[in-house]
Amino acid sequence: MSAQLPPGLQLEKTDERIMTLNVGPQHPGSGHMRIIVQIDGDYIVACDPDPGYVHRGEEKMAEYRNYITNIPHLERPVIHDSCNILYPYVLGVEDLLGIETPERAKYVRVIASELNRCVYTLYWLAIYGIFLGHSTMFMWPTGDRELFIDLLEKMTGARVTHAYMVPGGVRNDLPANFEDVCLRQVDYFEKRIAEYADVFYDNPILISRTENTGVLSRTDAIRLGVTGSVLRASGIDYDIRKREPYDVYDSLDFETNVLRAGDAYARSKIPWLDMMESCRIIRDALSKMPKSGSVRVKLKPNPKGGMESVYRRVESGRGALGCHIVSRKKPEPYRVKLSVGSFRNLIALPYLLKGERLGNMPSVYWSLNYWPVEADR
Amino acid sequence: MSVIAPNFRLSSFIRSILDNLFWIIVLVTLAGIPAVQIVLFYIEMPVIDGELLTPFLALTWLADPSRVLPIVKALMATDFFRIAVFPGFGLAALLAAGTIFVERKMLAKLQLRVGPFYCGKVEGILQLAGDGLKLISKEIIIPAKADKPIFWLAPVAFVGTAAAFVSLIPVAPGGWVVADVELGVLAVFAVIGFFPIITVLSAWSANSKFPFIGGIRALHQMISFEIPLILSLLGVVMLAGTLNLTGIVESQGSFPWIVFLPVGAVVFFICILAELERIPFDLPEAESEIVAGWLTEFSGMMYGLVQLGTYLKLYAFAAIFTVMFLAGWHGPMIVPPFPEEIITDGIVLGPVTATIPGLPLFDQAMLNGTIWFVLKTVAVIFFILLPRGVFPRIRIDMLLSLGWYKLIGLSFINIFIALGLLYAGVLGPGGVI
Repeated sequence: MSAQLPPGLQLEKTDERIMTLNVGPQHPGSGHMRIIVQIDGDYIVACDPDPGYVHRGEEKMAEYRNYITNIPHLERPVIHDSCNILYPYVLGVEDLLGIETPERAKYVRVIASELNRCVYTLYWLAIYGIFLGHSTMFMWPTGDRELFIDLLEKMTGARVTHAYMVPGGVRNDLPANFEDVCLRQVDYFEKRIAEYADVFYDNPILISRTENTGVLSRTDAIRLGVTGSVLRASGIDYDIRKREPYDVYDSLDFETNVLRAGDAYARSKIPWLDMMESCRIIRDALSKMPKSGSVRVKLKPNPKGGMESVYRRVESGRGALGCHIVSRKKPEPYRVKLSVGSFRNLIALPYLLKGERLGNMPSVYWSLNYWPVEADR
Repeated sequence: MSVIAPNFRLSSFIRSILDNLFWIIVLVTLAGIPAVQIVLFYIEMPVIDGELLTPFLALTWLADPSRVLPIVKALMATDFFRIAVFPGFGLAALLAAGTIFVERKMLAKLQLRVGPFYCGKVEGILQLAGDGLKLISKEIIIPAKADKPIFWLAPVAFVGTAAAFVSLIPVAPGGWVVADVELGVLAVFAVIGFFPIITVLSAWSANSKFPFIGGIRALHQMISFEIPLILSLLGVVMLAGTLNLTGIVESQGSFPWIVFLPVGAVVFFICILAELERIPFDLPEAESEIVAGWLTEFSGMMYGLVQLGTYLKLYAFAAIFTVMFLAGWHGPMIVPPFPEEIITDGIVLGPVTATIPGLPLFDQAMLNGTIWFVLKTVAVIFFILLPRGVFPRIRIDMLLSLGWYKLIGLSFINIFIALGLLYAGVLGPGGVI
């Protein structure tokens, strides 16, 4: 009888040595999901991530709204990274409707999405710190995140849910003194981010705790299909911004960070290195951006696409983020499918946690750069 | 019409106050006064200036300020005062409350925050009182399948054990210690040995998975760190030639033992951190793995009692470090001598000359010793708090290998240093220095 129940709900123990733990959703170390962990003493013998706790049907909602009104609710899965999650949708709609974006708008979009990547990564890093019991590393990124939130507030008018990207450009132009303020904040942040190494990344306890735990080899990373920082930590140079440059990324000067270790320490270090690259991209884009010009193409009311489908993808804070839009000559899309990096990275979790100690669960789990709300959509 | 209470009526307000007064008077006359009379019947009254101190006499003396001091002095000589106020619980609770406040503010400054700010107007100084009120007012929830008597007993036993630990600490010269045990160090080890038992009992009786894992972790951690803790103190015991804590402090008159036994001091300090379950050794309460460890099922004031016990324990361990390695109450004399003319001539207040018999209340050496003891203990507490801001949590296998391989080895090295000093005739009973 109990064999038919899902693993976490089984009341009968199959083995006296095995203890089943329900980590989440009401657990401080799980996020909005449940991980069913079976432990033998201190070792994890099986792990079954169970996402879906915050499923909101964003894709179905998209089928009842037209291309413009889809924007504010499609960013809800990752409100910290809202510019990046809207980016593939906006690019796809532009392909469908055949809109040519102004040059200045492309630079503004890149700046907004890089700022947003820093906002997301700092939040992720704060939670990584508190998962390892490092409360200073929780407070510092949370405080420094305000720099970018203030900048984005100046750009978009909203602190978190921006809804800034629209098909044909961005919603509004930059404020008058944005360039000076942005450069000042980025300079300050680059000094701050170097201090993170002193307190966190060079900490001997952290290194001995996370090195050689949850090692994802190069072949396993390809076989499991992980993306983003997890893939780059396993030694594979794969970044959508380099491989399939969208907007003006091919004209900007930046590098991809790759580490070969593939353990939890490398996976936690890649986003931190990426933030430094983001600062470089922002500075470069500000210098190359046309100083004046339109930032938005005027659209027809209720634009309709043809009988076609498009698939565009961008590099978000959590890896490749794709959007597949199917159009059937109507103002509403026939189908919108978001392919998110969080879900692809979660697939690696049972492989990585098997045989690890229970104490390694938070560091390995959160190093996968996983955002539960985005995976559930 | 009042804004705060729309249905406010003065008559009902006055009636509620009178109601409360009525019940207070009824309870005091029917229960309070008889209880006091019964207690007074069994208490042996002190004799002051040849007069037996009855409650009525005490009341008449309270009206005369010059007669109050003998009463206060008589009270200070009682065991109750020692247990409840000065070297015992009162001092420890005061220092523990200060520790919590300093911990919050210091950690906040380290993390670019302000910390508690509003409660009590000045830098959130009443935040602890507010937290205590909140905990008292909360409902106590007990798991349905818990072993209820043991579950109820655990927090009380924890605080009781911590208070017993506090009572062993000599604070100032002149016998200012609650329990001056001849084998004081052994008594300390015996009291420390109770903590893992209470932890495991509370964790097991909760009948829940996360507290169980936390309790087992706490058991591993405390047992494996008690061995280097005991071994690291043996060097001091050898050099001092006594197990009595007061005797150990008195043996450090010219220099503290940390000068000769720095290895033992470092080992003992790390073991303190592990015994207190503080970061980086807070595995039994590791939030992201096992919710709150063995404290998960405690709620309301039961949790508050465990926290009180934890901070009493923190004070007691810091005080033991001071006693063992930092020479306890010894230090340069900084308290000025008591002005003798106040006793002989009295205090002149305008036309009136007040002569107050019974001064001075404390002697100079005791005040000075207390100040030095508190200063050193606070410094040790500060260093216990500091790792919380800079270290992440350690893992259980790293913790156990640290305890069993490294610290035990280091504490044996410490014992060999002490033995070498002893047999070379440098230190110890009959030594050169």
